[in-house]
Amino acid sequence: MSSLSILILAPLLLASFLATLVGIWRLTWAYIITIIGIALSLAAASVGLFRVLQEGTLRHYLGGWPPPFGIEYVLDHLSAFMAIIIVFIGFVIVIYPPGAGLYHVPRKGVPMYGLVLLLISGLIGVVVTGDLFNLFVFLEIYSLASYALITLGGNRAVVASFRYLVLGTIAGGFYLLGIGFIYFSTGTLNMADAAQLLPALYSSPTVVAAAALIVIGMGIKLALFPLHVWLPDAHSYAPPVIAAILAAVQIEVAGYVIVRMMLTVFRPEYFIEILPITSAIGWVAAVGIIFGSLMAIAQKDFKRMLAYSTVAQVAYVGLGIGLANPLGLIGGLLHILNHAFMKSCLFLIAGGIRFQTGLHEVSQFAGLGRKMPLMMTAFTVAALSMVGIPPTCGFFSKWYLILGSVEDGNWVFVAVILGSSLLTAVYFFRIMEKLFAAPPSNDEAVTKATEPSPKIVVPILVLAIGILVLGLINALIVTRVLWPVVALLPTG
Amino acid sequence: MVELFIARYVYLMIVVLLIIGLYGMLGKRNLLKKLIGMNIFQTAIFLFFIEGATKAGGSVPVIDQQLGMAAAQYVNPLPHALILTGIVVGLALTGVALAFILVIYRAYNTLDDKAIMKEMSK
Amino acid sequence: METYYSLKPLLAVLVSLLAVVLIVIPNQRPNVRESWTIMAAVAKFTIVLSMLPSVLQGQYPEITLFAISPGIALALKVDSLGIIFGLFASLLWVLASFFSIGYVRGVPEHKQTRYFASFAICLSATMGIAFAANLLTLVVFYEILTIATYPLVIHKETGEAIAAGRRYLVYLLTGGVALLLALALTYQISDSVDFRAGGILPAGIGKSSLILLFILFLTSFGVKSAIMPMHSWLPAAMAAPTPVSALLHAVAVVKAGVFGFARTIGFIIGPGLLQKSGMGDFLAVLTAITIIVASLVALRQDNLKMRLAYSTVSHLSYIVLGLALFSPSAWIGGLLHIVNHAMTKITLFFCAGAIYVRTHCQNVSEMNGIGRQMPITMSAFTLASLGLAGIPPINGFISKWYLVQGTLDVGQTIYAATFLISGLLNAGYLMSIVCRAFFRGSDKFVKYGEVSPSMLIPLVLTAMFSLLLGLFPDQFPFLFQLAARVASNVLGGGGP
Repeated sequence: MSSLSILILAPLLLASFLATLVGIWRLTWAYIITIIGIALSLAAASVGLFRVLQEGTLRHYLGGWPPPFGIEYVLDHLSAFMAIIIVFIGFVIVIYPPGAGLYHVPRKGVPMYGLVLLLISGLIGVVVTGDLFNLFVFLEIYSLASYALITLGGNRAVVASFRYLVLGTIAGGFYLLGIGFIYFSTGTLNMADAAQLLPALYSSPTVVAAAALIVIGMGIKLALFPLHVWLPDAHSYAPPVIAAILAAVQIEVAGYVIVRMMLTVFRPEYFIEILPITSAIGWVAAVGIIFGSLMAIAQKDFKRMLAYSTVAQVAYVGLGIGLANPLGLIGGLLHILNHAFMKSCLFLIAGGIRFQTGLHEVSQFAGLGRKMPLMMTAFTVAALSMVGIPPTCGFFSKWYLILGSVEDGNWVFVAVILGSSLLTAVYFFRIMEKLFAAPPSNDEAVTKATEPSPKIVVPILVLAIGILVLGLINALIVTRVLWPVVALLPTG
Repeated sequence: MVELFIARYVYLMIVVLLIIGLYGMLGKRNLLKKLIGMNIFQTAIFLFFIEGATKAGGSVPVIDQQLGMAAAQYVNPLPHALILTGIVVGLALTGVALAFILVIYRAYNTLDDKAIMKEMSK
Repeated sequence: METYYSLKPLLAVLVSLLAVVLIVIPNQRPNVRESWTIMAAVAKFTIVLSMLPSVLQGQYPEITLFAISPGIALALKVDSLGIIFGLFASLLWVLASFFSIGYVRGVPEHKQTRYFASFAICLSATMGIAFAANLLTLVVFYEILTIATYPLVIHKETGEAIAAGRRYLVYLLTGGVALLLALALTYQISDSVDFRAGGILPAGIGKSSLILLFILFLTSFGVKSAIMPMHSWLPAAMAAPTPVSALLHAVAVVKAGVFGFARTIGFIIGPGLLQKSGMGDFLAVLTAITIIVASLVALRQDNLKMRLAYSTVSHLSYIVLGLALFSPSAWIGGLLHIVNHAMTKITLFFCAGAIYVRTHCQNVSEMNGIGRQMPITMSAFTLASLGLAGIPPINGFISKWYLVQGTLDVGQTIYAATFLISGLLNAGYLMSIVCRAFFRGSDKFVKYGEVSPSMLIPLVLTAMFSLLLGLFPDQFPFLFQLAARVASNVLGGGGP
């Protein structure tokens, strides 16, 4: 029994209220409150991870009401893993200067920090809650916050956000229907309790419908092909910092929900054998990987390219879920971590370039490598990781996915993973050619470009170094944190 | 078969409303109509929960001395609480969406989805 | 055959990585920068050399770093095969560094910092490949090598260089992808990826799995070894500056490919399984064709570097053909040829670079009479050419002798004929250059002279080493002994 799960959540919620109020008066104080809030939350998440690794699952009953009546907060290996990713990336993103991250500092009165904190707290809430409806509440919290934050990118962003709103509501609605079915069949909303009551009801059509609705709903939020249509616009028009959070963390949380359903609520056999859910997800993800990679190659705008790349990368997570064997799922979960670092690094670089030079189309980047060496080194590291070159972290998630596919005998998946590495190389090396090898353009924006200020470069470098470090210590992460998570899966 | 319909007619209506809502959100081009579709969709879900909460002969879930403590006498209040939350969420979503529509109209002077996409891609 | 814990393998890999930082920082002071390169190169060679005595005794230094995947560790171990490769790659890096300095200042080349920094990373990766104790470690360094060599290939940043770079990446990354799959399959089949002489695949392995595995390894290492038809990146990569071509594409990158073959055939699949499945014969045929065809194409090249490129393609297949045959002599010949070809080919490339710096002349047809003005350079060229053709007493003869001996051992006289014909063709395309240089007159080269010492000395040294290795093959550094030990371990079936 430990309140750590709440302690990760509480500073964020409190800070969001305070930051909004104070922000009306003075923005810098709101910034300070935000930093303190996230720092506290990060500390709690780290402590939580260590305690979970030592002691196992930590539970907290909200208000002292015992389950299954009360709302329970659970911190197990998977939750702790997700929580620390979310808060860490959130922290790096918050210290990135808003002038670069948001295209321009918003007017006074825009509750920018409050919304970001709400976004992060919603994400954390989803991963630490042990109650199905509570998950819905936090889901809507973070979704709403993100709809609002996307619009900071201008008029086009508002349109994109509206479309995202509509589709996201469908997703939330399906999820709500799904848990409604679960509640009416089992009488409980508590995840652990439902896990005990559901097996008796596996053959009931209600439960089948519940599983299907929840997976489809989360599939929309996970941008699984062909439910991805909201993503390219939303991510490319959103300001860089917001796109970073969206692509790096928010989407993956939908993947977490599916994994949680599969492992904890429904028990793996249900998703794997009784209903062909994992196969469906796997095949759809395979198509998504190829589709996303191909579309990324076709893009000229840097952020739009990253957006389609996200569709492909998140589909790797889907592939990991779809393989449903321990190695495959480890690959998928590890990719959540790796993609968070890689994608946020790339989006922050996009923001930095735009801030310094105003450029956003890849063809205009010619010769920038010389002018911004540190940023471009970070870009190289992130790009190599996306392609999957060791010892960056991206190589290792692909390694586990391939091992999982080979073990499953699924050669199509193997071909998809390997082929997409090559496709990813195409669109990233094209940029690197432009950056490093092409003759510098005469565009004044490029000739006068210099390395951005340390406030912009430092978060990017932190992420780039993280990419390398995570690659080297990946075995540690897999054995200590992820093995217990996938222990529930049937092997062989 | 017919008894099934008569007994579960509410669920049937819920399905119809869901489909209308989905059609509105995905099939209609006007942004405001999409929003209305969204509301209908959400209302359908709320109705589903409420219907699931009802019991034959159940009364309002406030403990009445005459009816006693047996749970079967009262309608299930839990889904009602869920729905209250859901309604608030729906309200917030509608408010945000309306704000978006205002901005979009000011920027593009139209609420037609196709025309806006065309404007955006220029 | 014991192993002992030692930091030296790790140091050998890291010393040039650390040097990268030192090379990048003094961007504006070339002399400081170059001295770091030289110091790193000398340090690396010294470290590797210091491990030679114990390896000769049968004591292999090793170090296991940390688990990089559950159950597999990033580990380095210096065994007889590894030290052959490591020793010569590091020695030639020292010489190539001196040569590079003269070259980039003589041309002059731009972006020298990027050049030297990339070179340093490449050599780290090469050491990592040489000393990798298991296949995963090798793959990690293999991929790093691919990426680190890219900036060097596109160095000139001309359209030709960028196109060459693209082709380079396509070929090598595809190879890398195949290698990754081969690695995964190996791990799946044998539950281990450690190198063990004689192979680690279970004896009962299914034929189709074996063939699939072999094809994957062939694709990945074959690309770097430029076996036809996966060779066309190599001539294209001649768009790089000559020292790059010299070290990387005559010595490091391509030798990493054949080294990969040696590790795969000797230590993963095992020569026994290779023979039984018929894959050995398949590989032999493929490489024999490459030897002849590449030599024929070389004859027709006017650009000197192109000619040398195709010659490299041909000679790499000498090595792989040796490895494909189940005979100790063939293995010895192949392994010795790794060093001999490297030594002679790098001499030829150094000469080509010297000629370019002095005369900006790239085509053979324009090199009439150059021997008079650059006698030292062309003498070295002659020596190396004789070596490659297999004329005693230069080192090329020794490896060729053993290779031919090996083909006769297994009764495949057709491959013996292949080697002999190729020797004649070598003489054809190399000696014709020598003849042109010395025996044809021209007014063109009256004004020029030899290149600066920093370029001249390395090429003289490599030529002399070629001669010495040919005259005293059994002396220091005891290559013959090392190669023989590898062959007996691998073919005898057992022991590291």
